Amino acid sequence: MYALITGPLLWLTFAVFFGGLAWRVYTYIKGLDWKLDRVAYATQREAGIRGALRSIAAWIVPFGSQGWRVKPIFTILFFCFHIGLVVVPIFLAGHAVIFKMRFGIGWPTIPMALADALTIIMIGAGVGILIRRVALPEVRIVTSLYDYLLLVITVAPFVTGFMAVHQIGADYEFWLLAHVLTGEIMLLAVPFTKLFHVVGFFLSRGQLGMDYGIKRGGLKGSPMAW
Amino acid sequence: MPEGKLCNRTPVNTQEDLETLLADKGGKQYYAEMLELDVDKAKLATSLKNTCKSRIRTWLEICAHCGLCADSCFLYLCNNRDPKQVPAYKIQSTLGEIVKRNGDVDNEFMRHAMEVSWSQCTCCNRCGQYCPYGIDMGVMFSYTRGLLYSQGFVPWELKIGSGMHRVFKAQMNVTDEDWTETCEWMAEEAQDEWPGLEIPIDKENADVMYTVNAREPKHYPEDISEAAVLFHVAGENWTVPSSGWEQTSLSLFAGDWEACKMQVEHVYSAIERLNPKCAVGTECGHAHRATVIEGPYWAGRTDGLPPKPYLHYTEWLAQALRTGKIKIDPAKKIKQLVTLQDSCNYIRNYGLKEITREILSYIVEPGYFVEMSPNKEHNYCCGGGGGFNGVGMFRPQRNRALMVKRDQILATGAKLVIAPCHNCWDAIRDLEEEFKIGIKWSFLKPLIIHMMIVPEHLKPQEEEE
Ligand code: HEM
Ligand code: HEM
Ligand code: SF4
Ligand code: SF4
Ligand code: SF4
Repeated sequence: MYALITGPLLWLTFAVFFGGLAWRVYTYIKGLDWKLDRVAYATQREAGIRGALRSIAAWIVPFGSQGWRVKPIFTILFFCFHIGLVVVPIFLAGHAVIFKMRFGIGWPTIPMALADALTIIMIGAGVGILIRRVALPEVRIVTSLYDYLLLVITVAPFVTGFMAVHQIGADYEFWLLAHVLTGEIMLLAVPFTKLFHVVGFFLSRGQLGMDYGIKRGGLKGSPMAW
Repeated sequence: MPEGKLCNRTPVNTQEDLETLLADKGGKQYYAEMLELDVDKAKLATSLKNTCKSRIRTWLEICAHCGLCADSCFLYLCNNRDPKQVPAYKIQSTLGEIVKRNGDVDNEFMRHAMEVSWSQCTCCNRCGQYCPYGIDMGVMFSYTRGLLYSQGFVPWELKIGSGMHRVFKAQMNVTDEDWTETCEWMAEEAQDEWPGLEIPIDKENADVMYTVNAREPKHYPEDISEAAVLFHVAGENWTVPSSGWEQTSLSLFAGDWEACKMQVEHVYSAIERLNPKCAVGTECGHAHRATVIEGPYWAGRTDGLPPKPYLHYTEWLAQALRTGKIKIDPAKKIKQLVTLQDSCNYIRNYGLKEITREILSYIVEPGYFVEMSPNKEHNYCCGGGGGFNGVGMFRPQRNRALMVKRDQILATGAKLVIAPCHNCWDAIRDLEEEFKIGIKWSFLKPLIIHMMIVPEHLKPQEEEE
């Protein structure tokens, strides 16, 4: 069982994850239409790229945009959630070692204590985001089961991974199995759900940045103050 | 009933049809017929296939349902934070459903979508600034309006408005003859006070070709003479086209893309015919949006730019003041608290925020200009944008929508609001009528005329007679 899910299933998962995201990027860019979108992507490329980078930069930095600044609590929850989400899986020693063993490629890893801290913070932020979803009427109205499900799918590998490492509830084998499975479920969900924002964030933000950079004022030399 | 006599999927293309529609006061029969109008589902599915591409589909799908856009929408704020006014909810429950069901929606759904698209969104694009993914509900509602229009679900006034563009190449029944006559009449009237003033029609190779909002010849001809006076004083080599002078586009509000294209191409052909160095448009927001920002794309111009540089009136004016072509009498500068309405159409969506402020720096005594909060590209819509001002059926909603601007103005303490946009100007006038907060509102032209220094040689010489 363990051999299966850390062997063929894992490779399948990665193939779907990366293949799916590549497909997302490809179809998105292919579906951009300068005439329908009313953005001269090709002929004003330089202004477009500048606009796209400004737009992404403003939103990827905590409190970098007006939108983040007017929602400080959510902004903190959001970045705590996402920093853990991105850093832990990639830089965890226990993860890197798998790649080292299989492919011989290695990269720097973070200390276990930091991984623990980021994991706990991430789970805490996830709970905060969940509470916010339930509590605020303006969020509740746009929330459906789908959003709760994806939140659970995203947090699950962190909970199970943490349990496994700290051997809480005795059975390391069980938690590890649960962890790898939930991890794979998450990776599989990404290309097919709103989680494709892993790449979609950059595409969509970039597109609106190009819109502003090219058409909506960028060429006038007074760029949007995101 | 598949299609009504007045309410149907066919655009208004003839003067007779236009008059029949106009004769139906308030759209009584029109809206009665709408209750029975069938949805052409196959056509809707085809439209989606041809026009709903990755940008919009991704926006709909990627939405995190985080609700961050809620507070950004002035309609959410002024409707007691009704969750039904959250931008993401508004678009997901209308366009989102249409896309999900691939056009398989019924009459009742379409009427609801019409109400949301024209009374719960002014296409001010503010929400797009506050969404982490840059999901722009204003863009999507404009797109939704296009779908609804093509199915005949459009407010009566806007069906008429886009019909006007199709028939008269203007948003109102102003013909080219009416226009040139008004120009001649205005020039004549102004000549008493301004000897030598002209409104040159169809002059080729001028420095400036001036275009207007059809409301000006129809209802506010003094706006044209004010523009003429300012060009005269600035010594500008200018002209107006005898045809292609109308810069606005109610078809933009209606979602009638075919009429949008016809209208803007008409203006561009005047530019090509007269070959001016640049074009300048009047103090109007959506007119600028239609001819300068979106227009190039409707006309299929790959560089996304009009055929010649096309300035908003504020850009021309700022330049005239900066270079001293028009000089302000320091004694006449505004010395009362004054605030400025940033029009979404050319501030948020065209980046002219510093230009309007530069003008104010020349005409307002330091310390008397008070910014609204928020301002510049983050300003709220006046409350009447996107056609909202003109739709009788949604008047109560529109009046409510004015409350945000009212409170913004009240917070500045200013009694004078400068509104260099026809739509904003109207909304602020209505706001005063509705709430009586004791303010005055003005375009820039009349203010400048009152405070500029008139060079000696331009003054009437009557004393010598
Ligand atoms: C992208 C999804 C994944 C996430 C978010 C994730 C996260 C985590 C976390 C948070 C821990 C515990 C670290 C700590 O508390 O210090 C962990 C441990 C672990 N994860 Fe994952 N993981 C993911 C996917 C996977 C996958 C697909 C595998 C299987 C190959 C895997 C294998 C492991 C192992 C073996 C450990 C234990 C490390 C140790 O004992 O030191 N993870 N993971
Ligand atoms: C490992 C990949 C990622 C996963 C699984 C993930 C997961 C999530 C989840 C579950 C939410 C919804 C939060 C809620 O319920 O309110 C969310 C929101 C969001 N994520 Fe990610 N995320 C990932 C990576 C990224 C990356 C790389 C970015 C870009 C920097 C990003 C940007 C966003 C944004 C902009 C939102 C929406 C707004 C919000 O809820 O604050 N995410 N993400
Ligand atoms: S802010 Fe953007 S992602 Fe969040 S609910 Fe609104 S539209 Fe969706
Ligand atoms: S475009 Fe403006 S009016 Fe429309 S939903 Fe967005 S913020 Fe509200
Ligand atoms: S009328 Fe003025 S403020 Fe209102 S939407 Fe139009 S440009 Fe914006």
